Amino acid sequence: MKTIYLLIVLFPLVGALVAGLCGARIGREGAHWVTSLSVGISFVLSLIVLIGLIAGWVQPFNDTVYTWMVSEGIRFEIGFLVDNLSAMMMTVVTFVALMVHIYTIGYMSHDEENWPAGSLAGVNSYQRFFSYIALFTFAMLMLVMANNFLQLFFAWEAVGLVSYLLIGFWFNRPTAVFANLKAFLVNRGGDFGLLLGIGAVLLYFGSLDYVEVFAAAEADPDRTMSIFGGAEWKVVTVAGILLFIGAMGKSAQAPLHVWLPDSMEGPTPISALIHAATMVTAGIFLVARMSPLYELSEVALSFILVIGAFTAFFMGLIGLVQNDIKRVVAYSTLSQLGYMVVALGVSAYAAGVFHLMTHAFFKALLFLGAGSVIIAMHHKQDMREMGGLKAYMPVTYWTMLIGTLALIGFPGFSGFFSKDAIIEAVHASDRAGAGFAYLMVLLGVFVTALYSFRLFFMVFHGEGRMDHHTREHLQESPRVVTVPLILLAVPSVLIGLFTIGPMVFGGYFDGAIFVHRANDVLAHLGQDYSGPFGFIAHGFVTLPLYLAAAGVFTAWFLYLKRPDLPAVIQSRLRPLHAVLENKYGFDAFYIKGIAGGSRALGGFFSRVTDARLIDGVLVNGTAHSIGWVAGVLRRLQTGYLYHYAFAMIIGLVVMLTWFVFGAR
Amino acid sequence: MIGLSHYLVLGALLFALGMAGIFLNRKNAIVLLMSIELILLAVNFNFIGFSTFMGDLAGQVFVFFILTVAAAESAIGLAIMVALFRNRNSIDVADLDTMKG
Repeated sequence: MKTIYLLIVLFPLVGALVAGLCGARIGREGAHWVTSLSVGISFVLSLIVLIGLIAGWVQPFNDTVYTWMVSEGIRFEIGFLVDNLSAMMMTVVTFVALMVHIYTIGYMSHDEENWPAGSLAGVNSYQRFFSYIALFTFAMLMLVMANNFLQLFFAWEAVGLVSYLLIGFWFNRPTAVFANLKAFLVNRGGDFGLLLGIGAVLLYFGSLDYVEVFAAAEADPDRTMSIFGGAEWKVVTVAGILLFIGAMGKSAQAPLHVWLPDSMEGPTPISALIHAATMVTAGIFLVARMSPLYELSEVALSFILVIGAFTAFFMGLIGLVQNDIKRVVAYSTLSQLGYMVVALGVSAYAAGVFHLMTHAFFKALLFLGAGSVIIAMHHKQDMREMGGLKAYMPVTYWTMLIGTLALIGFPGFSGFFSKDAIIEAVHASDRAGAGFAYLMVLLGVFVTALYSFRLFFMVFHGEGRMDHHTREHLQESPRVVTVPLILLAVPSVLIGLFTIGPMVFGGYFDGAIFVHRANDVLAHLGQDYSGPFGFIAHGFVTLPLYLAAAGVFTAWFLYLKRPDLPAVIQSRLRPLHAVLENKYGFDAFYIKGIAGGSRALGGFFSRVTDARLIDGVLVNGTAHSIGWVAGVLRRLQTGYLYHYAFAMIIGLVVMLTWFVFGAR
Repeated sequence: MIGLSHYLVLGALLFALGMAGIFLNRKNAIVLLMSIELILLAVNFNFIGFSTFMGDLAGQVFVFFILTVAAAESAIGLAIMVALFRNRNSIDVADLDTMKG
């Protein structure tokens, strides 16, 4: 099996290297074939592994592949941990990646038009793009298959790097460069936490291997460490919160979420693959993978819960006032990631990972659908210039409808199962902060439905607001674009129905996710669980469904029935609207406060410490003082013989005096 | 009776005269050579005085050595003077400051 796991990881890497290094030689055809095929093979192998694990003819695998070095008993190695959790992630990642590869063939086919005429940077940009996304698949697979923190960190940074490269793919655009720098810097903030967390784990549990760390933590769960002076903290709490700060950066949780909306500067396939379906869920995966660690710390879980709840509701609200089609979906992603984090916070890891999986499908679908709209609109993304696209783009329309329904939790669609499972789990939990979180996720359902259908109605229904030229060229996107949409729509509808039983309430994650008996809200809910249809029936007597319906109705009323109303509401609630427009001031705070402050501090150090102290005093100062001393001493060298002779005589007299009187 | 102290005083006088010649002379480099000769003679007087006083001939042997070396040194010094004069058309001490820092 080890060979198969190696092949799964290495195929995308080889594809990326071939497309990246020999891009000019193999041409566009060659590049998309080699990368799509390699990712396709990875997908098939992952699927085989997943089926094998479910059917029982593959055993969970945890072994070292390569030992890099051993230092004072700590092993630095590359190893794979393939159990039900990682196999599920591998399959989702490779499937979405494959869909995105195919879709990209259509989306990027005229990429040379996106570069300035005659720009050398645009040469082979198509091959470069394929190389990057295949490289991303490799890094993401390394991340989910890691069995130790070192490999996790390597893959974590690798996906961050590819994300950076792809957000700034059109690097001749200042906005794209700003966005990728922002993403990189904000992620550094999170990675700092992750690195400290790994350091804490290594320091107190003496290993980098997951299983060994979990065993060590379990053996001594109440161990404390003192930080910030004398305060004693449980090691698992500190390590857990630090690791979660890393997850906050990657999974864009408030207050480290600011990079994700800006990352929409990248090409749309990237937004679907990296910034919706896979990379941003790495944080969720991390916490789920570390569940044995987190189960030992109530404090860390409460922290996670509150952060997630805040993100789930307040980021959704911002989505209401956005006009860029991709940004609406981006804020929706933030909000849904918040839901997953909330699930982790109430120890319902399985529900969080379940939502991760369903979300990967329907959010990738929504992004790719948005991309299809953007292709038709000739790369215009403002929803105020769209409308009435239903007549021109039937496939995009229906698949987007499926994605949107899945997102808002329409009964029977995949999002319904995962979101309701989370809401129920929060309801059942008695962890500190669960009340607040329950309120947030309930309100979040309404907001989700509202912004989702706002987008849907503004784009596909109503009157067309585009200019004459665009309207003439409106048409359905080519096959390579619509086929991935259809292929993603299928799991968006069906996957929840078939997997909720084993994944959330069954034993699918046994051995991969560990939940303390007292915390196990899902087991508690599972006592009432009687199949997916019973779950749907139960949905009709709970609040979320009606909140979602209210959201859809509100969106219909505001954007189709009375399209004049939103402007009125906007002018009435100007302060609130301004707060949302400014995204609660997070951006201003980061750009003016942290970035501006850092620049001011840097400027101070540059002008005062570097220019004055180091250059002025230490470097030039030394030279100046030596020059000055030499300038004084050179006056002694008159060049006159009698002065030298006089100096000799003086010396002779001094020495004689010393010889006669001094040295007795 | 002429004693040791007379010799030493004469030596000291000659030495002081030589030093003064070096310090006070600002014009002629040849005077410098002569002053150096005076200082060497002062040393010779001291050698001879002590040699006689202590009954040890080694001091007087040294005097011969010094006379020989002084003669050679004068010859070289004069040669340098000639070379100097050819190059600079002057043996004025105040002009010889190429070593000035």
